[in-house]
Amino acid sequence: MNIQETIRSVEAAYLKSDLPEIYVGDTIKVGVRIKEGNKERVQPYEGVVIAKHGSGINSTITVRKVFQGVGVERVFLLHSPKLDAIKVLRRGKVRRAKLYYLRDLVGKATRIKQRFDRPL
Amino acid sequence: MSLGLLGTKVGMTQIFDGEGNVIPVTIVKAGPCTVTQIKTKPIDGYTAVQLGYGEVGSATRTLNTKEPKTVNKYLSNAELGHLAKAGAAPLRHLREYRLHDTGSYQLGQQIDVTIFQEGQLVDIAGTSIGRGFAGNQKRHHFGRGPMSHGSKNHRLHGSVGAGTTPGRVFPGVRMPGRLGGSACTVKKIQLVKIDPEQNLLLLKGSVPGKAGSLVSIAPANIVGKAK
Repeated sequence: MNIQETIRSVEAAYLKSDLPEIYVGDTIKVGVRIKEGNKERVQPYEGVVIAKHGSGINSTITVRKVFQGVGVERVFLLHSPKLDAIKVLRRGKVRRAKLYYLRDLVGKATRIKQRFDRPL
Repeated sequence: MSLGLLGTKVGMTQIFDGEGNVIPVTIVKAGPCTVTQIKTKPIDGYTAVQLGYGEVGSATRTLNTKEPKTVNKYLSNAELGHLAKAGAAPLRHLREYRLHDTGSYQLGQQIDVTIFQEGQLVDIAGTSIGRGFAGNQKRHHFGRGPMSHGSKNHRLHGSVGAGTTPGRVFPGVRMPGRLGGSACTVKKIQLVKIDPEQNLLLLKGSVPGKAGSLVSIAPANIVGKAK
């Protein structure tokens, strides 16, 4: 077995198989597992995917939302067990792979047109 | 003073622990190794077990002598004879592990990753990545000169000593030269996971050398252990 196959066989046990297909521009809802003392709860986080990064076990997405007038961006490791569930709420029509220009826009200008050709 | 294992570095990736935290791991394909010699006190003056690793196969080459001879492409007849005593296949790498008691090992015995336990601390010995002739910034972590404002000193090492007295450069002054490609041991690395089917060890963090290089994995030698 060559190097790449060996590494992939090790990673295979840790990869999630039930991830939805996520595109840049989508509005998604992520459940984040948070441990407080010895209680665990799931905190929802909703926003627009502005970037995808990496591949395989290393793949991440950057999700941006505006909370109380302050822009918040969180990077999620897609295959992490700390992510409970990811739900795609809305498919967006964008012409960039990275939507970093949204950082300079406010209010109405940050809207992304919905696209209907991709199933949710 | 315990038996280790020889292996090949495969590469790095990351896995998750029970709580979902990311652990960076290096994958090492270790063993199975063959016991090729057992050193004993009366004959060798010390006790140790010699392990062989890395089968080379039986490809041959022809010697350009008066009467052309066909020999193994990778190993000399002397090396092959040494391995034949243990009944081992042609192996490229041999390494000794000093042991107090070699009684439980026989010539030709196969040693594999099951000698380790998950969670154990190990020492990894290998060859660091060769960086050729390197300057003082890379080799000795010197600072750098200003890049602008008329400065002509960007990556030079600066003064190497005083003037007429002593009139020479003291030995040991840090200077540019060959970096890397030397023996290197990283101590107390956690063994995260063992895969006996594929002979794989998953070690937390990085280990010396490039992918494909030879490494030796041995249980951690903890110096000055609490009484």
